[in-house]
Amino acid sequence: MSLLDIKDLHAGYGAMSILKGVNLSLEAGEIGVIVGPNGAGKSTTLKAIFGMLNITEGSIHFDGEDITGIGSEQLASHRISFVPQENNVFPTLSVHENLEMGAYIRRDDFSRVMDHVYEIFPPLKEKRHQPAGELSGGQRQMVAFGRALMIEPKLILLDEPTAGLSPMFMSQIFDRVIAINQTGVTVAMVEQNAKQALAIAHKGFVLAGGQNSYTDTGQNLLNNPDVAKSFLGG
Amino acid sequence: MNDLVFFLNKGITSGLIIGSIYALGAIGLTLIFGILRFAHFAHGDLMTLGAFVTLILAAALAALGVTLPLPLAFVVMFPAMAITAVLAIGLDKMFYKPLRQAGARPVVLVMASVGVTLMLQGVIRLFAGVRSRDMFVEAPKEIYRIPIPGATRKLVVTEPQILLMLFTIVAVIALHFFLTRARLGKAMRAVSDNPDLARITGINTEHVVWATWIIGGSLACAAGTMLSMDVTLKPDLSFNILLPIFAATIVGGIGQPYGAIAGGFLVGFCETLAVFNWSIVLRPFKDELWFDLPSNMSLVPTEYKLMVPFLILIIVLIYRPTGIFKGRVL
Repeated sequence: MSLLDIKDLHAGYGAMSILKGVNLSLEAGEIGVIVGPNGAGKSTTLKAIFGMLNITEGSIHFDGEDITGIGSEQLASHRISFVPQENNVFPTLSVHENLEMGAYIRRDDFSRVMDHVYEIFPPLKEKRHQPAGELSGGQRQMVAFGRALMIEPKLILLDEPTAGLSPMFMSQIFDRVIAINQTGVTVAMVEQNAKQALAIAHKGFVLAGGQNSYTDTGQNLLNNPDVAKSFLGG
Repeated sequence: MNDLVFFLNKGITSGLIIGSIYALGAIGLTLIFGILRFAHFAHGDLMTLGAFVTLILAAALAALGVTLPLPLAFVVMFPAMAITAVLAIGLDKMFYKPLRQAGARPVVLVMASVGVTLMLQGVIRLFAGVRSRDMFVEAPKEIYRIPIPGATRKLVVTEPQILLMLFTIVAVIALHFFLTRARLGKAMRAVSDNPDLARITGINTEHVVWATWIIGGSLACAAGTMLSMDVTLKPDLSFNILLPIFAATIVGGIGQPYGAIAGGFLVGFCETLAVFNWSIVLRPFKDELWFDLPSNMSLVPTEYKLMVPFLILIIVLIYRPTGIFKGRVL
């Protein structure tokens, strides 16, 4: 049984449908990367997972449970974390408070997780009392990742985590994604930098026009000449 | 020395009193704006409503023959605050929540709050009439006259004024600790910062909305009660101070509770000092002045007091639209 199983998903905003049959399944512990041209429905697929748009057909199962159309506020209780592409921190809250908010639904002692996050992202520990809005783009991304890790998620959804970051930061982010994945967290990630992303992916999903056009292992997609020609720029 | 005492009595004390009231009102307004994202025009009437709840409770206790060392109105203000908080949540449930859920734009909520204003004014007039009432149902208010060495004039402070200042200090400190230490308080700041992210993070926005109305409603009740204790309770009482409270909110930076406090005192002092008769303070120096001192030299005649917050509002909107504490731009 897959951890995340999206079957024949049709969804859109109001009457306008954007997804026209997306299939996506991830086993526990995998990294899945969704790539494709602009407007292919990559980010929309992530948003559909937590009820931000109208699902007309298809289903989403997570960990054996039907979560089709749940609201975004229920995501955390299923231990799914989402890191949006932008506005992904609480700017006037300190770094520490951002992490505390990440653990909002937890009533148990989460200091161990907090220490763990500070271990993965040492700069955050230094700036823990600084408002997150004052940090650099890369550090804000760390806060967003850290916040997402606070519930010890089973699945983490990343929407273009490297968007707007310098190439140096980009490889750092991918390294972090691998590191997070190695602690047992399943990752579903939308990426513009398809080549680098597919290189770390167990599974890749190439979307076009709201449908899967290729679904394979990351490596196979990279080696597939058709995919390379049409989506990876040669 | 006498002139200094006059300045303390008429300038500083009044500024502190009116500033405290504005601050208490503006805190609620700014929190509601930060979290629910609309300008709550009915906030002034929430103040009147709260004051009437206090009056009813006080009158009921006085009728039962209860006497306390503190003014009854002040003591029953605390249960009245709780009742007003519940009423505020009720208003939200009945009028604002359905609009929010339907995805209405903020301006629709603003209009709805204007409707709620008119409704509350009507209801209050319907049950209480239009006359002004004394909040001191059992005994006249205590007035302390404190002798100042070297002056024949005495420093005058009334009991409600002292209570108001103490209450404001305690309320501000409590609010600070709530917003920076409590889980729900931090969640309020998180929702104000980024409501979408707050929802994704699993913060229960419903609880945050309740907390906002509880704080806003109870502080509005306190401000309304204190204002009526300082003067008298009239049905249109807080409608008149709605504008200064909005000015205080905007001056302080919309969505910034500390800004609302600063803005409240700033507007309060500007207003008081603008209508203050400066000629009395200047009288000792009249020989050194190059002009003849008129008998009344206030910057703004008392009748035009309401002009001051307007002026502050316009100046702030032109030169610093984010306010002192860098709030949101309207």
